[in-house]
Amino acid sequence: MIVVNTEFIPGKKISQIKGLVQGNTVRAKHIGRDITASLKNIVGGELKGYTELLVESRRESLVRMIAQAEELGANAVINIRFATSSITAGAAELYVYGTAVVVEDEQYAP
Amino acid sequence: MANLIIQIGIPVFLIILGLFVGKWIEKKHLRSLDVKEQELKDVLICNLRRLPAYLKAGECFLVIGSVVIATDYFKVFAAGLRNLFGGEIKTYRSLMRRARREAIVRMLQQAKERGAYSVWNIRFETATIQGKRRPGGVEVLAYGTAVKVS
Repeated sequence: MIVVNTEFIPGKKISQIKGLVQGNTVRAKHIGRDITASLKNIVGGELKGYTELLVESRRESLVRMIAQAEELGANAVINIRFATSSITAGAAELYVYGTAVVVEDEQYAP
Repeated sequence: MANLIIQIGIPVFLIILGLFVGKWIEKKHLRSLDVKEQELKDVLICNLRRLPAYLKAGECFLVIGSVVIATDYFKVFAAGLRNLFGGEIKTYRSLMRRARREAIVRMLQQAKERGAYSVWNIRFETATIQGKRRPGGVEVLAYGTAVKVS
């Protein structure tokens, strides 16, 4: 599975468009992380717990998107976009979407 | 004593109401979405900006679909519990998925009404509508360009 955020894959030709695929997740971190994060807010600096949380969640949504693409019989997802939205104070949604396509190697004239 | 019962009783009642009525509404919504999506199955959607070489573009126009979906007390309660232990908040995930599917369906209906069977370059926007200490809702906006292709 090729996953890119460009509209074309160099050296490949789109032979069929399967449609939009998407993956999302809403995650919360346990209260211990919230407490350390609020302590960090006093002095500033990176909130490592939250960084980790967002990285993990984004990966999860990517996996869900790829699973959808595989179900459609695509071999690449192009033009993917990430979106983040906050639902409430404690929860953020990580959302990724792209276009599932079938690509094949470009034929060059000899 | 009576005061205490009211103070605890009302939230508990609202949570239970949310659990049953909320679930019923969600099921109903998902069923209607399944039906509508089946009807719109022949409309192609993708977020590409350009048509690949094998397609020719005809008439183009903007299509927009948006929906606001409310959370209920049970969903908020379940999310609050999740905040203690961490992990995925499934109640909110299903909420967002429903909202997004509905927005896409409304957008596609517009496209199909005018005879376009493909929507290109679709984008999503979300906004939170939150009441003070009350469950709010989420708005999802989907927009794209409907193209008559040949």
